[in-house]
Amino acid sequence: MAILEKLAYYMSFQFVQYALIAGILISLCSSLFGVTLVLKRFSFIGDGLSHVAFGAMAIAAVMKLTNNMPLILAVTVISAILLLRTGQRAKIKGDAAVAMISVGALAIGYLLMNLFSTSSNLSGDVCTTLFGSTSILTLKQSDVIVCGVLSVVVLAVFIVFYNKIFSVTFDEDFARATGTKASLYNLLIAVVVAVIIVLAMNLVGSLLISALVIFPALSAMRVFKSFKSVTVCSAIFSVTCATLGLLISILSGTPVGSTIVAVDIVAFGVFYLAGLFRRSKA
Amino acid sequence: MAYLTARDISLGYEGEKIVTGLCFEVDPGDYLCIVGENGSGKSTLMKTMLGLIPPLGGTIERGDGLQKNEIGYLPQQSLIQRDFPASVTEIVLSGCRGEGGFRPFHSRSDKEAARANMERMGISHLAKRCYRELSGGQQQRVLLARALCATKKILLLDEPVAGLDPKVTAEMYSLIEELNRDDGITIIMISHDIAAAIKYADRILHVGRSVFFGTKDEYLGSENYLRLTKAGES
Repeated sequence: MAILEKLAYYMSFQFVQYALIAGILISLCSSLFGVTLVLKRFSFIGDGLSHVAFGAMAIAAVMKLTNNMPLILAVTVISAILLLRTGQRAKIKGDAAVAMISVGALAIGYLLMNLFSTSSNLSGDVCTTLFGSTSILTLKQSDVIVCGVLSVVVLAVFIVFYNKIFSVTFDEDFARATGTKASLYNLLIAVVVAVIIVLAMNLVGSLLISALVIFPALSAMRVFKSFKSVTVCSAIFSVTCATLGLLISILSGTPVGSTIVAVDIVAFGVFYLAGLFRRSKA
Repeated sequence: MAYLTARDISLGYEGEKIVTGLCFEVDPGDYLCIVGENGSGKSTLMKTMLGLIPPLGGTIERGDGLQKNEIGYLPQQSLIQRDFPASVTEIVLSGCRGEGGFRPFHSRSDKEAARANMERMGISHLAKRCYRELSGGQQQRVLLARALCATKKILLLDEPVAGLDPKVTAEMYSLIEELNRDDGITIIMISHDIAAAIKYADRILHVGRSVFFGTKDEYLGSENYLRLTKAGES
């Protein structure tokens, strides 16, 4: 009972409500496209892009921009497009390109923050952007609105292009051969993923975003067998874990991002066992 | 007018030409087999015909009212598909293109077409099953049903029997033959299996150092055939 009372007390704070709304929206969006990214062997693109977003954030901080969202969004979207283009026919293969851009952006970002630091607590700043320790709890109303609008856009894109996303993910050659503009849809996926990552930076920080993308999809794939059920399951999985993680971190004062990911890991374990059980029964 | 007309095609990888001077036509109702040694550019040729990659030289034209979205394709299985969570129905439905215009969801006629093609391929009882749990032969039938959703005119098959056991291979061949004979669907098939190619096809395209294109009977007397069969024996 004591826990519930404590929870009710915390829930009366506006910043907690904002954090929950944003957390649910972000985890929902990231899980939907996670299935596609995992299946297309693009798991690490999320990771790479989040580091790019970190670099962009550092640049924004150096330029003393008060509203850094547009810059971060633009840089990340452009990198996403470039990464996907190189994935198709390039001298440097996809995974190497991602690794290169990802560590490059990370290094440059930290370097810039160090050289032009305006803050007295540099390592604290860096830690916050990398692991998102508190930023989700300091959201303003305008942040939540931006987050809501972008989430609605992401959701709408996913629902409207669901069938196309399926065809392009399952068999890109077939889709292209039968007249689907696959490169257009790849581009769309890249842009949307970039948007999701910029959104998710608030929630778990840039180092842990991949977890938000990968765990729901992988867990759902353990148990479910059709694309639709996997998608629905990973959405529910992701929202549940994010909500649980947020509540636990609020109650026990642990860092938000890592708590959510820890819950994801535990839930993945449960799904893994469930998958084994189901297979042995069948 | 032919469905596909290839004039002086050159094929290769990264600018290096493997095959040059390829000329052939595919008429409505044809059963064309593409044969040749490994690495001779058969799959590349098929991808070029599908417009997936541009030829290094020459042109391929579609004719006789064949639209880009009226081509069915049975690719070789990719790595992604082996662990892809998708039901048979979802995959077959993804072959439906819909006539013109963008629609976010599958129409009733799409679903009807998917149902009919699953029945045609004898996989209706698998409709709800997961694709990755099916046998190789069943998977090929699923992909064939999907290809049939995309076309009523022409099917391009890239080694449809690769990795199948003899019994399933025979079933697959007779299924394809029926599509050609009964439904009048034009077949273009890549095959390693010269014997089957000669048995079923009415035209042969041999790709390699020397190129041959003609009817089956002409092929049986050609240099290419003799060299290939001799190489197979040694």
